[in-house]
Amino acid sequence: MSQALEPALEPHGHSTAQVAADHGAHAEGQQHPVKIYLMIWILLFVLSTFSYLVDYFQLHGALRWTLIIVFMLLKAGFIVAIFMHMAWERLALKMAILLPPLCLLVLIGLMAIEGKYTFLTRLAAFVR
Amino acid sequence: MAHDASTVSAATPALEGLQGVTADWSADKQAFPVHWGKAMMWIFLLSDTFIFSCFLTSYMNVRISTTVPWPNPSEVFSLDIGGKPVPLLLIAIMTMVLITSSGTMAMAVNYGYRRNRAYTTALMLITAGFGATFVGMQAFEWTKLILEGVRPWGNPMGAPQFGSSFFMITGFHGLHVSAGVVYLVVVAMRVWNGFYDRKGGYDTVEIVGLYWHFVDLVWVFIFAFFYLW
Repeated sequence: MSQALEPALEPHGHSTAQVAADHGAHAEGQQHPVKIYLMIWILLFVLSTFSYLVDYFQLHGALRWTLIIVFMLLKAGFIVAIFMHMAWERLALKMAILLPPLCLLVLIGLMAIEGKYTFLTRLAAFVR
Repeated sequence: MAHDASTVSAATPALEGLQGVTADWSADKQAFPVHWGKAMMWIFLLSDTFIFSCFLTSYMNVRISTTVPWPNPSEVFSLDIGGKPVPLLLIAIMTMVLITSSGTMAMAVNYGYRRNRAYTTALMLITAGFGATFVGMQAFEWTKLILEGVRPWGNPMGAPQFGSSFFMITGFHGLHVSAGVVYLVVVAMRVWNGFYDRKGGYDTVEIVGLYWHFVDLVWVFIFAFFYLW
């Protein structure tokens, strides 16, 4: 049943016939050119080196935090999209897996406020 | 992406974009047209995402709220090379080891679907080897810190919450890596003895791959927030 639906899956993004060819053989699951994996692999090494260099050169302040976040998100994105094949999944699965973690932003926001409140409470208590 | 639905001709049954989501969920069939094990692994990984996020968020909370200076991870995790301290050296090597293992895992999945048993088994065992190396380096790191007096309830460098956060987060991650090594070896053996040829599919290799890449993914966040921040 699902095999019959598969060949039409991939019109967006990956424009080449290569992707279509990959999915032609969908009876054998996710098959993609080795070249993509090698490129992402090298890219992950480069990005990791960059994030290490942030510490090595002792960058500080907003620049440090921005670079750390940017490199982190790029690495995470490539791992999920290519290595974990999320880029080739149907939107229903993408949404089911990738949207729920967004509610963690609420938790992070609340805990940051809470942490600052606790910090100020402690300061007030210790000063007194 | 949602606009792509219009480009799919009426003859093809699969819709794209948001219309595809509606069709997948409302049709009288399974919602995700993938191997059931893969869908379940993704859902497990989603729940694991929440666990690690809770750990990292609690770490953020205690780091914000402490009035004692936080130990500088760059110094705490430095190694002496030729008498000179190199910041975060061991952690950088551990990161590279884990990324290397992710690459070999991706290749294993690829060769699995090509039904190349020898390559798949070899690449999975290499992946497991890198995983074991990572755990070994983590054991070395823990030993070093424990000898320096870091405990879950205090340490000589600064805020006592440093130790509890460190042992909880890296310990839970190391446990995941260890479990992954066992998982990899078990599946690699089954690839080697032809279990998946008889079963008819190599989806299990991709499912192990998902788990392994997730372990690497979590490390990306731990590396950024605990070691670099």
